[in-house]
Amino acid sequence: MNVPTSDTSRPPLRRRSLLPWHLLLLVIVFGSWHVLTKTEVLPPFFFGEPLVVGGRIVDWFVTGKLFPHLGRTLLETLLAFLVGTGLGLVFGLWLGLSPFAARLLDPYITAINSMPRVILAPIFALWFGLGIWSKVLLGVTLVFFIVFYSVYHGVREVSPVVLSNARMLGANRRQLLRHVYLPSAMAWVFSSLHTAVGMAFVGAVVGEYLGSDKGVGYLILQAEGVFDVNTVFAGVLVLTGCALLLDWLVTLVEKRLLNWRPAAAGSGTQG
Amino acid sequence: MAIPALTLENITCTFPARGARGTYTAIRDISLAVADGEFVSLVGPTGCGKSTLLNAAAGLLTPIAGQVTVFGETLVGVNRQAGYLFQADALFPWRNALDNISVGLEFRGVSRNEARAQAADWLKRVGLAQHGAKYPHELSGGMRKRVALAQTWILAPKILLMDEPFSALDVQTRQLMENELLALWAQAAKSVLFVTHDLEEAIALSDRVVLLSAGPASRLIGEFAIDLPRPRDVAEVSLQPRFVELHGAVWHALKEEVTKAHERADV
Repeated sequence: MNVPTSDTSRPPLRRRSLLPWHLLLLVIVFGSWHVLTKTEVLPPFFFGEPLVVGGRIVDWFVTGKLFPHLGRTLLETLLAFLVGTGLGLVFGLWLGLSPFAARLLDPYITAINSMPRVILAPIFALWFGLGIWSKVLLGVTLVFFIVFYSVYHGVREVSPVVLSNARMLGANRRQLLRHVYLPSAMAWVFSSLHTAVGMAFVGAVVGEYLGSDKGVGYLILQAEGVFDVNTVFAGVLVLTGCALLLDWLVTLVEKRLLNWRPAAAGSGTQG
Repeated sequence: MAIPALTLENITCTFPARGARGTYTAIRDISLAVADGEFVSLVGPTGCGKSTLLNAAAGLLTPIAGQVTVFGETLVGVNRQAGYLFQADALFPWRNALDNISVGLEFRGVSRNEARAQAADWLKRVGLAQHGAKYPHELSGGMRKRVALAQTWILAPKILLMDEPFSALDVQTRQLMENELLALWAQAAKSVLFVTHDLEEAIALSDRVVLLSAGPASRLIGEFAIDLPRPRDVAEVSLQPRFVELHGAVWHALKEEVTKAHERADV
């Protein structure tokens, strides 16, 4: 992509890649963790040891023990993400375009959204068993509202001028939806997808943690049962890595689909 | 006499008043006709309801009283015979220049390839052949106006409604665009209703200038036939003695209203 090439006249700091500094910060954090636990300033029993944690992760990947669990968690995340986003998009468009439905459902949506939904996880487990669907449903309830509110506001903030223009150019209702509301809402959807991916992940892991037979959340739960802090941290780090990867994927798709948007300030492509 | 392209009869438009109960009357009892092929400018002080009148003519706004007739037929819904050039940027930001120009044809069911071929032709006609793949934010203000012009013009509307389309442009670009508009208009005689607050622009472009009073409840306060010879060059026409004469006459009629509008704004 358009990574700035090294130049004899140094570009301003904010345009240079900060990767070396990012890595340095990472090393400092893990280094301090290592030193503090090695010197027993922090008891390793409670805080784990970064080298052991790293060893655990390598071991998981080498033996392949992790893959069925990670695969399950990622599948739940993906399903929750897709279903939640789809439902959020449909309902957001519907309520955004129908003021009556919006006013009718508004108090209920607010109520459901303010309900602590993680509490529902045991109920979902009762309804759908310990398998994959109770986790997917929990994730959906988390993802849905994020995407829903973005689309809902996105639809209501479509430029009235563009809308009038489309009508004057002869667009019917369906064409307005397809050519004006949807592309306009997509910009909002993508801004919410970063949060949504994270929430889908939370749904999957918390669901597993509260009762399951497989998944990274299950691994963490098992480790906690025997006070194996290192494995807990290993699980958390693997999850963090996956979340970063998913976030990066969303950014990638976003860049492709939203290439019509002006580039962020300071990184314009025009001379 | 032939049927006028556009007739506004006793149009009154009101809006819910802000805060208080009751309504705000933007325009009251306005009647105006635009003949087939005529270029009419609507001039008035800021906030006098020019855009409201234009929106009523476009069918984007239903007047509370009065009716709009298009080539003898009462207007219901959006005015299909009219193209509308907006003051603000109205291009689809997610479509590049070429796809912006073709979008109206696509709405009308023309196949994508055919629509794009015609759009490419129009892109050339407005002098942007090299810029078809650029998105609106990558184009300059003048280029965006050209795209908007082509976007409207490709559908061959019989009536053109323009709401201060060039007000955001710098003077040079603006004169260039005005000349281009006149050239296009001369090729295919369309009826134009052109809203502006710029008297010189109105006189330089139009066959007839219509004055609106200061709002609220604006009404027509006079009209002037502009008998300057065509074709005109907007930069040169303003040097003619007849232009100066007309400008003096229209300005005299308008001055009182502008003063009134200012006084009201001060209260």
